[in-house]
Amino acid sequence: MLGKGVVGGGGGTKAPKPSFVSYVRPEEIHTNEKEVTEKEVTLHLLPGEQLLCEASTVLKCVQEDSCQRGIYGRLVCTDFKIAFLGDDESALDNDETQFKNKVIGENDITLHCVDQIYGVFDEKKKTLFGQLKKYPEKLIIHCKDLRVFHFCLRYTKEEEVKRIVSGIIHHTQAPKLLKRLFLFSYATAAQNHTATDPKNHAVMFDTLQDWCWELERTKGNMKYKAVSVNEGYKVCERLPAYFVVPTPLPEEDVPRFQGHGIPIWCWSCHSGCALLKMSALPKEQDDGILQIQKNFLDGIYKTIHRPPYETVKTEDLSSNFLSLQEIQTAYSKFKQLFLIDNSTEFWDTDIKWFSLLESSSWLDIIRRCLKKAIEIIECLEAQNMNVLLLEENASDLCCLVSSLVQVMMDPHCRTRFGFQSLVQKEWIVGGHCFLDRCNHLRQSDKEEHQRQLSLPLTQSKSSPKRGFFREETDHLIKNLLGKRISKLINSSEELQDNFREFYDSWRSKPPNYHGLLLPHIEGPEIKVWAQRYLRWIPEAQILGGGRVATLSKLLEMMEEVQRLQEKIEERHHSQEALQAEAASLLRTSARLSSLFPFALLQRHSSKPVLPTSGWKALGDEEDLAKREDEFVDLGDV
Amino acid sequence: MFFGPSKLYEFWLPRAAGSVTQHGSSRQPIFAFLNEEKFDVDGWMVYNPVEEYRRQGLPNHHWRITFINKCYELCDTYPALLVVPYRASDDDLRRVATFRSRNRIPVLSWIHPENKTVIVRCSQPLVGMSGKRNKDDEKYLDVIRETNRQINKLTIYDARPNVNAVANKATGGGYESDDAYHNAELFFLDIHNIHVMRESLKKVKDIVYPNVEESHWLSSLESTHWLEHIKLVLTGAIQVADRVSSGKSSVVVHCSDGWDRTAQLTSLAMLMLDSYYRSIEGFEILVQKEWISFGHKFASRIGHGDKNHADADRSPIFLQFIDCVWQMSKQFPTAFEFNERFLIVILDHLYSCRFGTFLYNCESAREKQKVTERTVSLWSLINSNKDKFKNPFYTKEINRVLYPVASMRHLELWVNYYIRWNPRIKQQQPNPVEQRYMELLALRDEYIKRLEELQLANSPKLSDPSTSPSSPSQMVPHVQTHF
Repeated sequence: MLGKGVVGGGGGTKAPKPSFVSYVRPEEIHTNEKEVTEKEVTLHLLPGEQLLCEASTVLKCVQEDSCQRGIYGRLVCTDFKIAFLGDDESALDNDETQFKNKVIGENDITLHCVDQIYGVFDEKKKTLFGQLKKYPEKLIIHCKDLRVFHFCLRYTKEEEVKRIVSGIIHHTQAPKLLKRLFLFSYATAAQNHTATDPKNHAVMFDTLQDWCWELERTKGNMKYKAVSVNEGYKVCERLPAYFVVPTPLPEEDVPRFQGHGIPIWCWSCHSGCALLKMSALPKEQDDGILQIQKNFLDGIYKTIHRPPYETVKTEDLSSNFLSLQEIQTAYSKFKQLFLIDNSTEFWDTDIKWFSLLESSSWLDIIRRCLKKAIEIIECLEAQNMNVLLLEENASDLCCLVSSLVQVMMDPHCRTRFGFQSLVQKEWIVGGHCFLDRCNHLRQSDKEEHQRQLSLPLTQSKSSPKRGFFREETDHLIKNLLGKRISKLINSSEELQDNFREFYDSWRSKPPNYHGLLLPHIEGPEIKVWAQRYLRWIPEAQILGGGRVATLSKLLEMMEEVQRLQEKIEERHHSQEALQAEAASLLRTSARLSSLFPFALLQRHSSKPVLPTSGWKALGDEEDLAKREDEFVDLGDV
Repeated sequence: MFFGPSKLYEFWLPRAAGSVTQHGSSRQPIFAFLNEEKFDVDGWMVYNPVEEYRRQGLPNHHWRITFINKCYELCDTYPALLVVPYRASDDDLRRVATFRSRNRIPVLSWIHPENKTVIVRCSQPLVGMSGKRNKDDEKYLDVIRETNRQINKLTIYDARPNVNAVANKATGGGYESDDAYHNAELFFLDIHNIHVMRESLKKVKDIVYPNVEESHWLSSLESTHWLEHIKLVLTGAIQVADRVSSGKSSVVVHCSDGWDRTAQLTSLAMLMLDSYYRSIEGFEILVQKEWISFGHKFASRIGHGDKNHADADRSPIFLQFIDCVWQMSKQFPTAFEFNERFLIVILDHLYSCRFGTFLYNCESAREKQKVTERTVSLWSLINSNKDKFKNPFYTKEINRVLYPVASMRHLELWVNYYIRWNPRIKQQQPNPVEQRYMELLALRDEYIKRLEELQLANSPKLSDPSTSPSSPSQMVPHVQTHF
């Protein structure tokens, strides 16, 4: 029914609860073919989107309650996405459709979301790239958003297999020209710009005015000024057209080293202390040039070390903090833990879950990012110092640390628009190289030197980690890391003491959610962000449970309170007799999955999931395991 | 005791208080016998077995209540009142008792209200090396199988690992073999014994005290195996619950003696199946029934008033059960009427000896010592301060089966219990979401009150029922707010 070919079970059309069986006789497929063509789901194309290639009679394999199910359909590849057009019986009921992504469907994979493509040849899984000599019987696609798709091509015509597989490989792996990215053809085709109310959207920081507002908001305008020296990107393409520098800094200093060596304002805290960032001056061998650089920097430091400016503490992120490779390596290990092909793999890895997690180092990296942010906050807040973040281009770790500090210190950044504005300010306008870090153009020559990075942006106590940016770095940074300088032991000890004192004293007070918020960073407190990372794994779903359950109760209560409030106001304002209000029911607390809103389609029955893997050896406790519970005294045995 | 011989608990325990235990030489009584606290509610009244079985719809055509154990003559570690198949006579029961370790015969713990499948608990059969059989026992299990008129086989869950069950034959125990029990299917649940659990908890203590392991927290946690044991216990209970809930077959649960792992499995499965046990009083009844009355050896496992802290009898089996309950409440934060504090208070008084609730190994000993007359029940303390122990998010849902996910991805160390003494780890109490919810609740109540006042002022007709503010039929539609 509905274009879905049911395979296996009792065979043919009757089987009510189908389970996927690999070997199907051709006649069974034919029984369904008619229906397939009749109820074909149409491909939705965005304006400017083009169909490139397709294959029919592809079987999408779904794991459901520890058995496999197959759904027939068409696999297509456009210049924007890979899409599977079949009709899933388990499609959404009405309650759930309102949470559906309207652009990217459940079976759509945007080309840039593809992480890795595997082919299955004689039950062996191999990575697919370039020109293929042999075509696989099954295609497995791992996505960057951690979805895993299995497409069985066994029943697809050979030439269609060739076309779709090589098409998908080409369009997801071949280098691309910037102008060929889909968004440009989309933008040309869909030219309806909707006007937005300036009050209700994020600050874009693309005008001088936006920066002035931000200065005003944070009361930084006493000591800092917005400059338009880079208007039209005359000085440097890396820097935004408008940005903020210390008031006494001569504007003509900015172009001297194309913006390098200039302290750029990020944010001011209530005490007047500011967070600044600076990209390092280019490394030079020539003594003469070095002297010029030194003189230039001396001048800069004189400006910002003099009153009204507070003492500056320089935080060199290139040498004293995480390296971009570390982050990249950790993330590639970490994400692999969530790209799970089947139930068996899930339970096999479950036994050693904690050590797998630890060996990825990802949570430790999160901890170190949060800790660095707290250290900087301690300087700003407790020591009344300005902090100057220093990095090669001031566009990777600077973005990360600076935005974390702001999320913790500035309650505005914890609002929706505030957070969007923060991302705009620190990451987008701030010059984070998304194009390179995400390798959108797939420049494979760079890839050897580049690393995929995923940077945690926020994880504060009141809000879960909210976003992160995946990125890559170039080999310049790598070279730079060779020159890591270790700090003197005693000075770092002192640093630790200050940090501890500050952190413990904050923790001992009741938290003010509208003020400074510091995250918990002790061993057991840093946990996997389950709702993001486990979101596509059916085994990990708790039906009707998880944090979502309490949050939806909270939302219901908020609605009720709001409703009562409105009613009270109505009664105050109107003296006439109130009309009998329309009967309606409270939004029924639909039973959601713990992975809501991502896991609507994953598991429908209420059957429990049972671990399939066995017990790991106890090691040194083996002898205890053999002992009797009680001193044996079974009487007349 | 959780931290082994700890000074903290000695405060509560008069040293070697032996008069009321079999061990020790000193004559000092346990504090519970001296405690003169008075409460508004008498916690000893919470559990009445007849009422609890009546709630389950018992007795019925297939199950009867027997007083054969009234004077603890059939089995000294079982309660006085037992529910057994209607078709089994008291003489049958006596014969079956000879074939079950410590006479702990299969008796009913819980019956499914609709499909009438049951959870039955007992101890291991006395098969021994020679592979002895007992026709009465075989017949008795078959009678149990037939009570729900299912043609399916009876399912027996042996909580032990297979090898241990085999090894137990050497000491006269064993398990139900296919040859002897044709109509039963046996599964081993691989849950380890009390010694393994004790060592595992010791290791947990080592990684959280005096310092919390930092850099290798996760691998250290893994090396304790504590959560792995929790996972296995939960997995076993899920299997029991699923069997019964799906109506596939009735279930018999046992381990060796049926007072440690068996109690964990039956009570957890009942908690998953029966929402009544997720209320404060329901949970008290569950503990009272499956643990206290069915002879979980609290005195031996905890060692109340026993100076021998390192005794091989000690094991944190009940703590492990409460931890499993906590894991469930974490996964289903709206399903339990009680909060985390309730569970922590239960554990604190498991060791405190302030109340008589967890004293002694079995009902017969408690009766002999007149515990209910001479001590106060823990439930008196809790039930006279119920508000403190309530979960504000609780949503009563009848007939909802709760299946937790027994995956390490979701299990976590119960930081607020195991590491609560560490100021660095201390969690916010209450958590922000809960705090916000409480504020909203208060606000709602205030608004409702104000609306009522306004209504009184505005409308001369007070009796219009449609304007009652708490009536949901009057709510204005407002469904736009989603996250």
